Amino acid sequence: MSEKVVSIVGKYNNDRAQLVAILQDIQEEYNYLPKEALVRVSQLLGIPLSQVYNVATFFKAFSLKPRGKHLINVCLGTACHVRGAVRVLEKLERSLDIKSGETTPDFVFTLETVNCMGACALGPVIKVDGEYFGQMNVEKVDHVLMQFRSS
Amino acid sequence: MARRLSSVGELEALRQELLQNRSRASKPVIAICHGTGCQAYGCRKVADAFRAEISRLGVEGMVEIRATGCHGFCERGPVAVIQPGDIFYQRIAPRDVGEILDKVFSGGVVERLLYRDPVTGEAVTKYHDIPFYKRQLRLIFGGNGEIDPTSIEDYIAIGGYTALSRALFRMSPDEIVEEIKRSGLRGRGGGGFLTGIKWESCRKAPGEIKYVIVNADEGDPGAYMDRSLLEGNPHSVLEGLIIGAYAIGAHEGYIYVRHEYPLAVRNAGIAIEQARELGLLGNNILGSGFDFDVRITKGGGAFVCGESTALMASLEGRIGEPRAKYVHTVEKGLWDRPTNLNNVDTWANVPLIINKGADWYRTIGTENSKGTKIFSLVGKVNNTGLVEVPMGITLREIIFDIGGGIKGGKKFKAVQTGGPSGGCLPESLLDLPVDFDELTKVGSMMGSGGMIVMDETTCMVDVAKYFLTFLEEESCGKCVPCREGIKRMKQILADITEGRGQDGDLELLERISDTLVDSSLCALGGTAPNPVLTTIRYFREEYEAHIKYKRCPAGVCKALIHYYIVDEKCPGCGLCVKACPQGAITFMGKKKPVVLDESKCIKCGACYDVCKLGAIGVR
Repeated sequence: MSEKVVSIVGKYNNDRAQLVAILQDIQEEYNYLPKEALVRVSQLLGIPLSQVYNVATFFKAFSLKPRGKHLINVCLGTACHVRGAVRVLEKLERSLDIKSGETTPDFVFTLETVNCMGACALGPVIKVDGEYFGQMNVEKVDHVLMQFRSS
Repeated sequence: MARRLSSVGELEALRQELLQNRSRASKPVIAICHGTGCQAYGCRKVADAFRAEISRLGVEGMVEIRATGCHGFCERGPVAVIQPGDIFYQRIAPRDVGEILDKVFSGGVVERLLYRDPVTGEAVTKYHDIPFYKRQLRLIFGGNGEIDPTSIEDYIAIGGYTALSRALFRMSPDEIVEEIKRSGLRGRGGGGFLTGIKWESCRKAPGEIKYVIVNADEGDPGAYMDRSLLEGNPHSVLEGLIIGAYAIGAHEGYIYVRHEYPLAVRNAGIAIEQARELGLLGNNILGSGFDFDVRITKGGGAFVCGESTALMASLEGRIGEPRAKYVHTVEKGLWDRPTNLNNVDTWANVPLIINKGADWYRTIGTENSKGTKIFSLVGKVNNTGLVEVPMGITLREIIFDIGGGIKGGKKFKAVQTGGPSGGCLPESLLDLPVDFDELTKVGSMMGSGGMIVMDETTCMVDVAKYFLTFLEEESCGKCVPCREGIKRMKQILADITEGRGQDGDLELLERISDTLVDSSLCALGGTAPNPVLTTIRYFREEYEAHIKYKRCPAGVCKALIHYYIVDEKCPGCGLCVKACPQGAITFMGKKKPVVLDESKCIKCGACYDVCKLGAIGVR
């Protein structure tokens, strides 16, 4: 792990100002921000670990917990909200038996919400591994999950 | 091609060459929307099918498939426009491509793929005859449908970078600032501050090093015009930014874009690379002696980073906490140096003003709000999409003439403008002319341009709670009024929606609101009460129904509603029985209405979602 972190930080010339970008790259690599990586980043940039932790917990895009193989994002933007996004989220929570922000015990799915995906015409919309599913309703949820369960 | 242009003459020569090649080839163009909406509808499969069919027919080189940016009419995706002829096709599937190509070559149109007027049922062939487009004035957004955003040649062919040439060689920085000032352009990000004044302050601010920033951290839920502009016509934003940098005296710029917008990040990145190759970015741009370069930074997913000081803190690698602005960012911004930040849409207006002049620009719009504004018209409206209209158009024209009215024949209830800082406006204000000042007067705001339409099935108390839930999560927590005030207001609203509302709640909400407005550090807290105050102001009876009678008239607030079976509409199909996670609905035999056991019902709404016959009622 250490080498990868070194190369990512090196890509940004060990520039402290690039902390957010560095953490984004690390998260892309590991799917989350492992503790050891954060420690390494703080050493390499010469800033306190608390400061790294501060940034890592401030921005919604970062996760300090390992995430599942498939990432489900439920859009809770206003347009989706008025079209019933909460019912879709609750159905996902029931089907996966986890709450929003959690990962299934088998690490297949992580369920997260986003404030708006900017795909309002499709609302309610969810995104699984970057693929959009529009005009969602309670009925469609299990069909979508099925597509990813086997893969 | 990658040849560096070192003078205006070379840019013009390139443009002429491109235009000549295009007119010589004079082949039909099928411009397929590749905006995020259409991509979700599967436009890439349609484009692939076109390419496959073209190669099967052996007609390569006789027709161009152009993957363009967002056309705006997201509701009908995937959409495409055929040139010549301006023919607009909607809801295209891969199986339709053979027929379309046939008509492209033989003339004529594929009737069944045309837009049909929902009222008259008449088919409309040309895209600007469709009511959705007809009432728009697409000065900024129009280029999106014409060009491939990943092709700088396409942008140059439609006159791209002419404004930059004019600015660099025929205008002094002071003249540019003066022109922008005179145009009356106001910041499109929400604040509505005069862009020219901001530029002037930054230009005059002491300091050798200055910065310009594109704010593409579009965080308002329900708004996606900045995304579509950056995805669909990134060079227009870039051209505006370079002109601004020249006028202000900046040599470094940033595009700060949400990480949730991967396509915008990609297309803006491609645009920057291409501009660099051609010498439109970098040292000695077009031989003018002016140096400027741009970097893209991805946001970390914090709404507050749309606020300028928070955005700059985040650019410096710190957490996105705003600071008090007694010293403006135009004097001390990024790294404490003079910094000029404008929204995507604002920057894209700049080339237009430089090309056509402030006098022309001033003819569009109202007294104090000039030009056009792009709105994202979404929610319970028939024609969801992005619309660009002159300032001063009424809400009614936008929602009913362009938007085609309310979905499913339901009744209009409210329109929410300005994102979480805006307000909900009722039917009585539909004839309000839309501009910065008029919206503020009625308690809402322009914001970045979200326009969310709500119908009779939307609960206004729930909407207020929704926005406060959002803001509670997004408040950075630095100042107490915002951190604690929003939380407390949300608790009160939660109590009201869950049947624990009491007399005096509304007055308390109003008092806390005053505190937030007066004492919050930044606009997030200062405008947070708007959704609550406007809903109390315009929909008081709905609050009272919740508080006094423990009823939710719209049938939304779970704790106050009951689902029931509308016996006369229920054919006993059993869909709801299967959908119910609690086993609360019992099948009574075919053609007999099902029976709902309310004691088991968790009000999840699954039955309501699956029933297409309206046999599940809410009260």
